[in-house]
Order: sequence, then C-alpha cells, then structure tokens
Amino acid sequence: MLEFPEWLQLPLGDWIDAIMDWVLVNWGVFFDVIGDVLRQALLSIEKFLLWLPWVVVVIVVGIIAWRVTRNRAAGVVMPAFLIIIGSFGGASGTSYWDLTMMTLSIIIAAVIISLIIGIPTGILMASSKRFESIIRPVLDAMQTMPSFVYLIPALMLFSLGRVPALFATIIYAVPPVIRLTNVGIRQVAKEVIEAAQAFGSSKRQILFDIQIPLAIPSIMVGINQTTMMALSMVVIASMIGARGLGLEVLLAIQRIEIGRGFEAGLSIVLLAIIIDRITNALAARLQYENKN
Amino acid sequence: MNEQNSASENGNILEIRDLWKIFGDNPELILNSVEKRTAPRQQLLEETGCVVAVRNINFQVSRGEIFVIMGLSGSGKSTLIRCVLRLIEPTAGQIFIEGDDICTYNLERLMQLRRNTTGMIFQHFGLFPHKNVLENAAYGLKVRGIDKEERLMKAREALERVGLKGWENHFPHTLSGGMQQRVGIARALANDPDILLMDEPFSGLDPLIRRQMQDEFMSLQSELHKTILFVTHDLDEALKLGDHIAIMKDGEIVQTGRPEEVITSPIDDYVRSFVQDASAAKVISAASIMEEPRERIYRWQGPKAAMRLLRTNHMDSAFVVDRGDVLYGLVSLEDLVRLFRENPNGGELSQIIEKDIITCTPDIKMEDLFALAASSPHPIAVVDENRKLIGEIHDQAILMSMVQKKTPDMSDEVPSTAGENPENG
Repeated sequence: MLEFPEWLQLPLGDWIDAIMDWVLVNWGVFFDVIGDVLRQALLSIEKFLLWLPWVVVVIVVGIIAWRVTRNRAAGVVMPAFLIIIGSFGGASGTSYWDLTMMTLSIIIAAVIISLIIGIPTGILMASSKRFESIIRPVLDAMQTMPSFVYLIPALMLFSLGRVPALFATIIYAVPPVIRLTNVGIRQVAKEVIEAAQAFGSSKRQILFDIQIPLAIPSIMVGINQTTMMALSMVVIASMIGARGLGLEVLLAIQRIEIGRGFEAGLSIVLLAIIIDRITNALAARLQYENKN
Repeated sequence: MNEQNSASENGNILEIRDLWKIFGDNPELILNSVEKRTAPRQQLLEETGCVVAVRNINFQVSRGEIFVIMGLSGSGKSTLIRCVLRLIEPTAGQIFIEGDDICTYNLERLMQLRRNTTGMIFQHFGLFPHKNVLENAAYGLKVRGIDKEERLMKAREALERVGLKGWENHFPHTLSGGMQQRVGIARALANDPDILLMDEPFSGLDPLIRRQMQDEFMSLQSELHKTILFVTHDLDEALKLGDHIAIMKDGEIVQTGRPEEVITSPIDDYVRSFVQDASAAKVISAASIMEEPRERIYRWQGPKAAMRLLRTNHMDSAFVVDRGDVLYGLVSLEDLVRLFRENPNGGELSQIIEKDIITCTPDIKMEDLFALAASSPHPIAVVDENRKLIGEIHDQAILMSMVQKKTPDMSDEVPSTAGENPENG
C-alpha cells in the first residue's frame, strides 16, 4: 500500500512515442514540404534584412517609431538603441548587427505565421462556444507546457535548424493573438450587434463590418504580446539551431563568458523595447472606441 | 391564408396574434395547460422553471399611427418589441406585417424584411463606434447593397432632416446623447422603412432634451406618416405621442385604447394607479368634455324670441348661429334685458350680439382650455374648421373632468384627435 500500484501506471509517454513514430513514417513527406516552405520563407526574410544597409534600417525604424508613437524622442531613442546593439560584439569578433537581423527574421516569420493561424482561429472561437471550449485548454497547455518539451517533436519532425526553432516559437507565441482576437470580438457591445441585426445584416456582414473592426484594438494588443513571446523564445530556439542573438547567449552560458552574455542579453532587451513600444503605440492608436 | 388577407384589408400594417415568449426549457408545459396559461409569473417560475416574458399578446397597428406600448421595467415590453422583428424568437404566436406571417419566414426572408420594411431605434442608440455619423446613417443602405454614392447621399438627407447637417464626419462618442439619438433616428429614416420600431428612444436623455426630441419627432412624423411601434415606461410620453396605447404588466397587455380612454376609464386598479399621476390636462381634449349646445338662437330671430328661449331654459347666454349652424356670435341675458330697457319697443338683436367670442377646436387640450375659460364668463364655443358650432364647454365641465368623476363614453363621438392621420382606415 505504500508504493503507487504498478497496474495503475498509464503508459502515456509510450503512446506519444508511438504516435510520433507513426506520424514520422506516414506524414514525413508532408512535414518535409512544410519544412521547405518555412525554410524558404525564413531565408528570404533573413536575406532581405541582411541585404538592407544598416543606415537604412536605422532610419526606417526611427521614422516608424516617430510616426507611430507621435513622439519625437522615440524617433531618436529607438534608432539609437539599434546603433548600440550594432556596436556590440567586439569581444567575440561577430557582428551583432547581423545577429540581430537573423533574430529579427525569425521573429517576423513567427509573427506572420502566428497571425495567419491565430486570427482566423480566434474568429472561429468567438463564433462557436463549442470550438472555444475545445481550443481554450489547448491554448492553456501551449502556454504552460515547458517549451523544451515541444522542442523534441519539433526536432523530430523538421530535424535540426531554423525550421524547428520557428515551429517551437510559433507554438509558444500564437496563443495571445488567438485569445485576444476571441475576446475582442466577444466584447463588442450587444446593442451594437443587435442594431446591425435589426437592419438585416447577415452574419458575414456583422463579422467583417462590425465585429472585426471593433476588435482591432484588442487584436493589436494580441499581436504585441505574440511578438514579445516570440522574442522571448530566441534563446530556447537557439538550442535547436536558430542562429542570432539567442545563440550568443547560449554560447556565453556554455563558455561562461560574462561580458559576451551581457552584451547579447542587453541586445535582446533593447530589441524587445523597440518592438514593444512600436506595436504598443500602434495598438493604442486604434483605441478609438475607448470612450464608448 | 384568408385571415392574412383580412389583416391587410382592414388597414392594419402590423398585427400581433397570441404572441408568447417564454424563456426556459419547457415552454410547452405552460402553453399546453389551460390553467397555467393564466397563472401568475412567479408561480410558473417555481413550478416549471420558465420565465414568461410575453404572454398572449394581441394588438393591431394601422398604417400611419403611433402605437405605444407602455409598461414598467420588467413588464416585457422590450422583449415584445424585439419579438416583432424576431431579434428574440417568439415561442408561439403570429406576427403579420403587411398581412404576411413573418414567423414562417426563413432567415433570408427575415433579413430582407428587416432591410426593406422595418427600421429600429434603440434606447442606448446602438451606434457603430468605429463609423462616423455619415457612415452610421448609411448603414442600413449599405447592408442592402446600395452603392456608396447613393447611400451617402440619402444618409446626408436623413441627417439634414434630423438637424445634424455639418456633423457628418464626427464620431458618435464625440456627440451628446440627444445628438447620438438623432443619428439613430437618421439611420432608421435613411432606409425609408414602412414601420419604425422604437425601443425607449428618449429614455436615456435628460428631461429637457427629451421633450425637445419628442416635439421634433412629432413634427417629423407629421411629414413622414410612418407606422410606429413605440415602447416607453414614461406615461406622459405615451400620452403625448400615442394614437393608441397598450399598457403592459407582467408580460400581458392589460388595456389598449386611445390616450384619453386610458386616462378617463382605466380598466383596473393597476392602470388606475398608473394614470392617476398623469396630467389629464395634457390628454383630455375639448371634444371629450364638450356638450351639445343646449339651445341656439338664429341670427334672423328677434330679441323677444331670444329672451323667451333663454328664460325657458334658465340660461345666461346662448350662441347665435347663421345658416348651416355657422357660429355668428353670442347673446347674453344681461344684454337682452338692457336692450328691452333702452328700447321699450324692442330693438334689433344684431345690436347686442357679441361677435368677438371665445372659440376653440375639438382637438384642443385641456391645459389650453383653462386660459380660455378664465378669460370669459360665457361658455366656450367649440367649432369645426368651417366655424360650424358643434358644442359648448362650460367651466363646470372643465372642473369635473379634472376631478375625473366624469367618465364620458366618448370613444364613438370623438370627431378627431390631434395626432391622427388622414389616411387612417
């Protein structure tokens, strides 16, 4: 009676392994194709960002920051942060500018794919209670499951490299945009929906002309959070082959190089601040209905 | 389908028959039981777990009239008006619009009906916060698929009509409540619907603005002649706007009638307690308290005949009429006596006829009669548009009507009330 009974053991782990094996054998080609597409997309973004002269990037970020935040200081500080990041890397002899662009490319790809998956899912959740009750625990699991756990299947499906890193990043980053799309649509005032119905609007008309436009501020907050989550995955993603600032941190840990780790870490923080301020301001600017 | 035809033939654009709305899992428990159909709400909630929101409603609205449903909160009036458009699906009953039972419609036809035939105005306005005033007003037309240029033009016209010209590019939250509701009204009018449903449209506004909106709304209605179903909890509003009023209590209509009927002959204690605060002065019209002229003097009669008439009837004065009962003036006993004293042979009646006398039309309301009555010692003459004498009002009748002892059966003799429209019937 002291030991947990052996007959009560659930071989869940074995089952998962069996499922993975089955998927690998039967769906291997499918994942190969997806992997190729993702790799190509990622490479194109990375190539483009690395091709852009740094001055152009700094100026463009400055202009965007200024226009979006309507704050001239932001238009100076944000590019300055980029220049600071670019100035790092002397200790290890690598260009932090290039690393930043690599990190940025994986974030951009992850966010774009998250939105492509997340916004329609959020809309479906808002329109069906049942779908919501199915998806909600899945989202909870995606966010609470230690990310290392799904690094393994990602590795098995896509082998080492950028693609599994992107895959893991998406799994971690997609829940906020799904949740906030759902919430944004659901919180549209009942009277507004009723008015639209009273004028004979179809479900589609209500969705596209009323619900989604009114949910946009909420969706923007979701995009902001998704972006930040993607950024927070860079170090973990580097463990399975993502290159960039995350890998710098990882190497610094492995070699106990404090200075290098600090430079890389600070770069990630500065990048996070830039992305957060810009997307946040974008979300805030769309809050036209907050008075109503 | 015979009954459907009859509905449209007798001029009822909207007719509700045996309408029920029961919230809960087993509405048939109530609908199928004779005794439960009339049992109190609370008892039904305990016995069946169902809430009867709307119970066995029947009424007709004829073209061009304002039909007011009045009740306190929780009386089911908002549920009822939503059932009419099936925004809330009724549990049982029929809703005829233009003679067609819309409860049999599928979603597509229902949407067409909402787009083309009806318009709705909401208590909390229900404006679209992400659209500006012009786009809000054009919404109904957009849903109908009318192209942009035309719908914006019509929306502009509707906005101008409600006095919002120049506000097209503002967003709703920058507007005051009264102006927001104007947008709501413009949005409904832009569609040019036959039937307007108004769910406490002015309740959210402060009293001064409310009265102003009511007045503007009435003048708008006198141009547009829409058929209007109007829900309110405000009796004064109901009396002011309604051609007919239905009073709801616990999901049922307890009394339907013209405003003055409801005021003067409440059907039960509930309605009585309701209307006792109402100012009868605002509702009761000259027509409902006037009497037949007791006697009249013809213009060509002599003073002696006039004297005899007054004496035999114990009257202090009488109206003088011309051919066709057209009011000519008034002769008082006092003047007659003086005439005889000054002219022992008897003079001409025309010497003493007061031509400048006080008259009113039958639709004038009591509150205006007070002033008229106070300014003259004689009865007030009630005349029609051709100055034909149709009645007279004595001070006493005014006083009596205020203490509500008088319960005239005027429903069949009321010639015309202010809000009524010529195309009725």
